[in-house]
Parts: sequence; C-alpha cells; structure tokens
Amino acid sequence: MEKALIIKDLVAGYNNKIILKKISFDVPKGMITAIVGGSGSGKSTILKHLIGLLKPLSGEIITKGYDLTKLDEKDLNKYRKSMGVLFQGSALLNSLTIEENVALPIREHSKLNESTIKIMVKMKLDLVGLSGFGNFYPSQLSGGMKKRAGIARAMALDPELIFFDEPQAGLDPITASGLDFLIMKLRDLFKMTVVVVTHELHSLFTIADKIIHLDKGELIFDGTKEEFKRSENPKIVNFINRIPEEENYCPEDYFNILTAE
Amino acid sequence: MQQSVENLVVFAGKKTLSFLNIVKEISKLINEVFYWTFISPMIGGKIRFKSIFSEMVKVGYNSILIVSVISFFVGIILALQSAYQLKKVGALIYIANLVGVSLTRELGPIITAIIVAGRSGSSFAAEIGSMKAAEEIDALKSMGINPVSYLVSPKMIAMLIMVPCLTILSDFIGILGGFVLAITAVNIHPFSYIQQTLNALMVKDVITGLVKAISFGGIITIVGTYHGFQVSGGAEEVGRRTTSSVVSSIFMVIVFDLFFTALFYYFT
Repeated sequence: MEKALIIKDLVAGYNNKIILKKISFDVPKGMITAIVGGSGSGKSTILKHLIGLLKPLSGEIITKGYDLTKLDEKDLNKYRKSMGVLFQGSALLNSLTIEENVALPIREHSKLNESTIKIMVKMKLDLVGLSGFGNFYPSQLSGGMKKRAGIARAMALDPELIFFDEPQAGLDPITASGLDFLIMKLRDLFKMTVVVVTHELHSLFTIADKIIHLDKGELIFDGTKEEFKRSENPKIVNFINRIPEEENYCPEDYFNILTAE
Repeated sequence: MQQSVENLVVFAGKKTLSFLNIVKEISKLINEVFYWTFISPMIGGKIRFKSIFSEMVKVGYNSILIVSVISFFVGIILALQSAYQLKKVGALIYIANLVGVSLTRELGPIITAIIVAGRSGSSFAAEIGSMKAAEEIDALKSMGINPVSYLVSPKMIAMLIMVPCLTILSDFIGILGGFVLAITAVNIHPFSYIQQTLNALMVKDVITGLVKAISFGGIITIVGTYHGFQVSGGAEEVGRRTTSSVVSSIFMVIVFDLFFTALFYYFT
C-alpha cells in the first residue's frame, strides 16, 4: 500500500517537557487515518508537526521522499500548498467573507484571473453545501457551517492530503454526522488522504480506515478499526467504554503538586 | 543569607534571559518585516495594494479629526503659555517663533505618534492577538501564507506614509491654533504673525520633524504587531498585550525622540 506520510521516531516537546515519545507510524494514501487519545495525549501536537507548524526535537516525517522536519520555510510552503487543514475552531479570517476566505489561498498562490477564481470558489462552496453563503462573514454562520466553510478553504487548492483537528468539537450529533459523510466523500470521490484528530467514538467508527491511539505521548495502538475494537489493551478498552482513569499519584508527587510554584 | 543571595542570582538570571528572549523575538520580527516590506517586492514578491490602502484609511484618514482637534488645542495652549512669559519682556510677536518651531520640530511628531500609538498600535496588537488566539495565524501559515507578509507589511507601509502626513497636518493645524489665539486674545496683526512664523521656520525644522515621524511610524508598527504575535492564551491576554503595546510604544517613541533630538542638535 502506498504511503502518504511516514513518521519515524518522532520526539517532540516544549520547554524541556517531552510530549511525544518516539512515535512511529504511517499514513496510507487515499484512506482516512484517525489519531485518537484523551486530552493531553499529544494528538494536537502531532498534527502541528504534520502540517509543519512545529519542528520536532528528533525524528523524521517523510512525504514524497523528503523529510519535512529538515525543510526550510520556502520548501515547507510548497508542501503546505499540497495539503489543507481544518482547524478546531475553523480559523476562518473574520475580516473576510466566506468567499474571500476560500479564494485567499488561490489568490496567494496562483495568477488566475478573478472570474476563474470566482467559479472555483463557487464549486468549492457547492461541494460543502454552502452555495449562496459566499457573501456572509464567518460571524454570521453557525458552528457547523463555519466548519464546512473551513473545509471549502482547505480544499481550495485541490490538495492530496487534508487534516482535520477535532472536526466534531462543539457540534450537535446530526451536524457532526453530516460532517462525517462529507469527510468520507472527500476520500471516496476525490481520493484524498485524510488525517483526522478526534476523540468522538461514533465518528471514529464511522469514518476511520486506520486508527492510531496515543496515550500520554506514547503510541499504544496502530491498526484497523476492527483490530481496535478487538484490542484487549486496558487503556483502549477504557477508551471505547468511556471509563475514566484514576490519576494515581504517589504521596511525594502529590506533595510536589500541592507545593510547587 | 546564602539562600537569599542564591535567590537574587536566580532572579537576575531569569530576568536577563527573558529580556534577551524579548530582544531576540523583536529582532526576528524586524528582520522579517524588513524583508517582506522592502526586499520581497524588489525580487518579484507581491505588493498588497488593497490591504495597504485599507490600512492607510484606518491609520491615517480615520485619525484626521482627532489629530486636528488635539493639535489645534496644543497650538492654543503653547501660544498662551508663551504669551504669559513673553509679555513680561514685551516680545509678544515671538509667540509665532515659539509655536512654529516647537510644533514642527517636536510637538507635531510627538502628539501624532502618541495618538497613533493609542489608536493604531493598540488595534494592531488586538487584531493580531485575537487572530493568534483563534488559530487564524496558524491557518495562514498552513496555507503557505507568511503572516508577516500578509498582516504586518501593509500596516508598516501605511504607517510609514501616513504618520508623516498626519504630522504635517498636526504642524499646520497647531500653528493655526497659535495664530487664532495670537490674533484674537493677544491682538497681534495676522500678517505680522504669518510673516514672523515664515521667517522663524526653516526647511530643516520641518524635515527633522518628518524624519522623527517616519521612525515613530515604524516603531509603533513593530511594537504593536510584536505584542500581537506574543499572545498565546485567550481574550485576557489579548487585553493585556493591547495595553502593553500602547505603554511600550509611547515609551519607545519618547526614547527615540530624545535620540533624534540630540542627534539633530549636535549635527545640524
């Protein structure tokens, strides 16, 4: 199976604190890979590394034969043009209309004339079911519509790779499942490689082809959806059955937490 | 005793390191702003005329009224204060010299800079800060768009053009304020006042004021946008950074004003 991304021994952290401990996995082409884990497991950090916003302490992220972590800003921008990202809060530019938001990457990276850009933007908005909302500002749209507009912007340059950061966060179940279908449409119709960071179980089992489970910066599972369901790893069983984990502090640790500055 | 000395050393070390970090971050920003504003357009980079124009309207056009009103009042105050002293020696006509020279060399640029720091410097910090908090800056980067090129360069160009323009306006309106007071309350003949002002003012005075104005425009942009980019939390930090941007830009403006004034005093 062809691989879109290969992550090798990735170690990452901020301010002397290690957040990802030697993570290795790969993202198969044309499939949906879900990265799951509880809060603080490092899943958002890994996403930021995959889109080149952060540099790891060590390790490699290989795509199309080159190592992302070694690229300079100029080459990194070339990679960024071949991918799209939907951020958790959509991250649409509030000072621009939806149409201008979707047109932004096209205007920045191509010399197409305005009428072509307009047609492209209309097509993208139509794809996510937002035709007719082009002249609205992000603040005038609902949470679900903002996410759709964010997807339209991520799709603007027809990327091969698209990342979603907790796409269902803050949405009602119906809207969230509509978004799941849209994500599957991107895979099936446009043969895109999709990476989704999530902790929504329902959506995970609907859309994921492959699951990566992180726990406190360590990779504890890498396999298919069926294997994930059958896993006997207690942490995964707890995750699937929504059983909270007790934080086990030894008395010294607890004393340090209480008295630390 | 040893403990408190150690604490003092640790404290001094921490403060020094954080200060050096600020210097590093600001230098990085200045470097990037310089590249995207001046170098990149020369090697075929994009010039965002639409954004520049809209920033010029926000920074310049929208400040015209407040700059005019304050400069007019300052002109009157300056004329009144000089009249208070000059009438003792019967040299009231020198109000024109005092108002003209002090406005063009000093007060015009500094009043404009303080107003612009309060209006635009704070809005730069708030705009970029809230964009940072809403991941919009990350979104720009992920689209391969450099945030400095997209957000800061148009602001920098707008400020470098509009702050000197506002300063000229402030000089003119301030002198007008002095003129109005002189011809009404002090009874100086309008023609003599104008003649005296023109004799007192030299091109050098206006130019030194404009050199200051250009540098103040640059300083306010760098300080405001620097504070915006430093936001890492939510709304509370946006507010805190906005306040610090105003305080530190006014401080930096005064420091550079001292520097330029000393420079012009000795070298012109």
